Amino acid sequence: MSQRIDAKDLNIYYGSFLAVAGVNMSIAPRSVTALIGPSGCGKSTFLRTLNRMHEVIPGARVQGTVEIDGVDLYGAGVDPVAVRRQVGMVFQRPNPFPTMSIAENVLAGVRLNNKRINKSDANELVEASLRGANLWNEVKDRLDRPGSGLSGGQQQRLCIARAIAVRPQVLLMDEPCSALDPISTLAVEDLIAELKSEYTIVIVTHNMQQAARVSDRTGFFNLEATGKPGRLIEIDETATIFSSPREQATEDYISGRFG
Amino acid sequence: MATLEQVPDSTEALRRALTQVDPARKRKDVVMRVLVYLAFALAILPLVSLIWSVLVRGLGRFDGYFLLHSMRNVFGGMDAGGAYHAILGTVLITGWATLISVPIGLLVAIYLVEYGTGALARAVTFFVDVMTGIPSIVAGLFAFSLFYLLVGPDSRSGIVGAVALAVLMVPVVIRSSEEMLRLVPNELREASLALGVPKWLTIVRVVLRTAVAGLTTGVMIAIARVIGETAPLIITVGASNSINNNVFSGNMMTLPVFVYNQYGSGLVACTPGDASCIPTINYDRAWTAALTLILLVMLLNLVARGVSRLFSPKTRS
Repeated sequence: MSQRIDAKDLNIYYGSFLAVAGVNMSIAPRSVTALIGPSGCGKSTFLRTLNRMHEVIPGARVQGTVEIDGVDLYGAGVDPVAVRRQVGMVFQRPNPFPTMSIAENVLAGVRLNNKRINKSDANELVEASLRGANLWNEVKDRLDRPGSGLSGGQQQRLCIARAIAVRPQVLLMDEPCSALDPISTLAVEDLIAELKSEYTIVIVTHNMQQAARVSDRTGFFNLEATGKPGRLIEIDETATIFSSPREQATEDYISGRFG
Repeated sequence: MATLEQVPDSTEALRRALTQVDPARKRKDVVMRVLVYLAFALAILPLVSLIWSVLVRGLGRFDGYFLLHSMRNVFGGMDAGGAYHAILGTVLITGWATLISVPIGLLVAIYLVEYGTGALARAVTFFVDVMTGIPSIVAGLFAFSLFYLLVGPDSRSGIVGAVALAVLMVPVVIRSSEEMLRLVPNELREASLALGVPKWLTIVRVVLRTAVAGLTTGVMIAIARVIGETAPLIITVGASNSINNNVFSGNMMTLPVFVYNQYGSGLVACTPGDASCIPTINYDRAWTAALTLILLVMLLNLVARGVSRLFSPKTRS
């Protein structure tokens, strides 16, 4: 199900502005990789290149390669729409479709693509996805209610259910807990630990305790100064990063001396 | 004990500070309040007076007969005749104008919001703004000349009027749709794209679906803007006393032109002693037709409200 990701010499631009430079990163299948670093250093920008959501922004472009199981996502003839079906994404703010019910939100990836799905398959997919997102027990009696009527934490788990309903290989999470309270955060973190057995997960977070709790490996991004491109300073086992990082900048950031 | 007495003292001082109102501020507040209420009254007064006059003068003849009969074979001061042909004409012509302008307007708005960047989008926006200011008579002349060149001198028909009205509607539809589409949060577009939904399906199934309530309102505003147009219709559609339900051929009557014609006909010179002759019949019919037009717009508004309530995003059920 899950696959490895290799980014090679990745330069990411907004127009002529080089936002992230020279990223080389390998992500193992069925692992959780956390990306940390100060605001504006390019973590989210990098994350968005992994499912070609970066180019949705006008003028945005990428140099270098991102390979999933050896296939370059930016190679000739690769359809960004197909890439996004393989690489799902969960955003910072929960964004369920306000015109859809809970069940319709889960089925959005299928229905919005005008794919036919029979009723029993649809019901099964809704239940499996909501169970996968640890939300089934809370919403099983109100699947036809609007998704936007749920609490923030439930909405975020609904968005995760929606993302895994299209059966992606990889799940990207862009600060998925930054708008949530500690209890909802805990629910999402537990969920990440469970999803790890099936998906390759990359998570951007500002919360270093969270990175330490959920991830196997941690990458630290930093930028030398405003206007300069962000860079991947180092990436290593999470335990190593938080105990004995190789770079001084990483240690300063983790110990709270700056950023 | 001394300290206990001091506590109420400081409490009193605080209370004075909190209850004392700055007299200048209070004066300004009163003045502005009066001004705001006056402005409101001034704005509402013409509206109330208008509705009152139309009701008082138009309600007398407002009945099934008026709504279901045309002016065919009605002459002099006869106590007969209605606006059925004009209602039909207004509904048909406005309907065709909507049919022409909504697809164009919506597609342009989608272009501006979802695709347009740079010089072309700026140019489109500029010309839409210019179009908003076109006098309606110019739109009428444009449609008339266009069909004169295409079909020849005998081109007067409902569809020409519909084109003239569509020219007036398109910029209104573009502007309001553009606003509504911009209100759709970008997160919803990204959520849809990240699920592997192509851009066009994202626009159709997510953006338009989320904005549908506002889009309906925008179209209603555009219809309300043109349904009372008289001048372009006199040029392009003319007038008629008979029912014509074919927009592609022949003169048609519309409610505003009906009001204009009836009122222009003036008093009827009745032979003294003729009880069946009503001298003010033309005025009466004009007022009743005006009332009909207002009610038609209100009805359309109610329908649009129903539609937007039906489709608007629900937070709680």
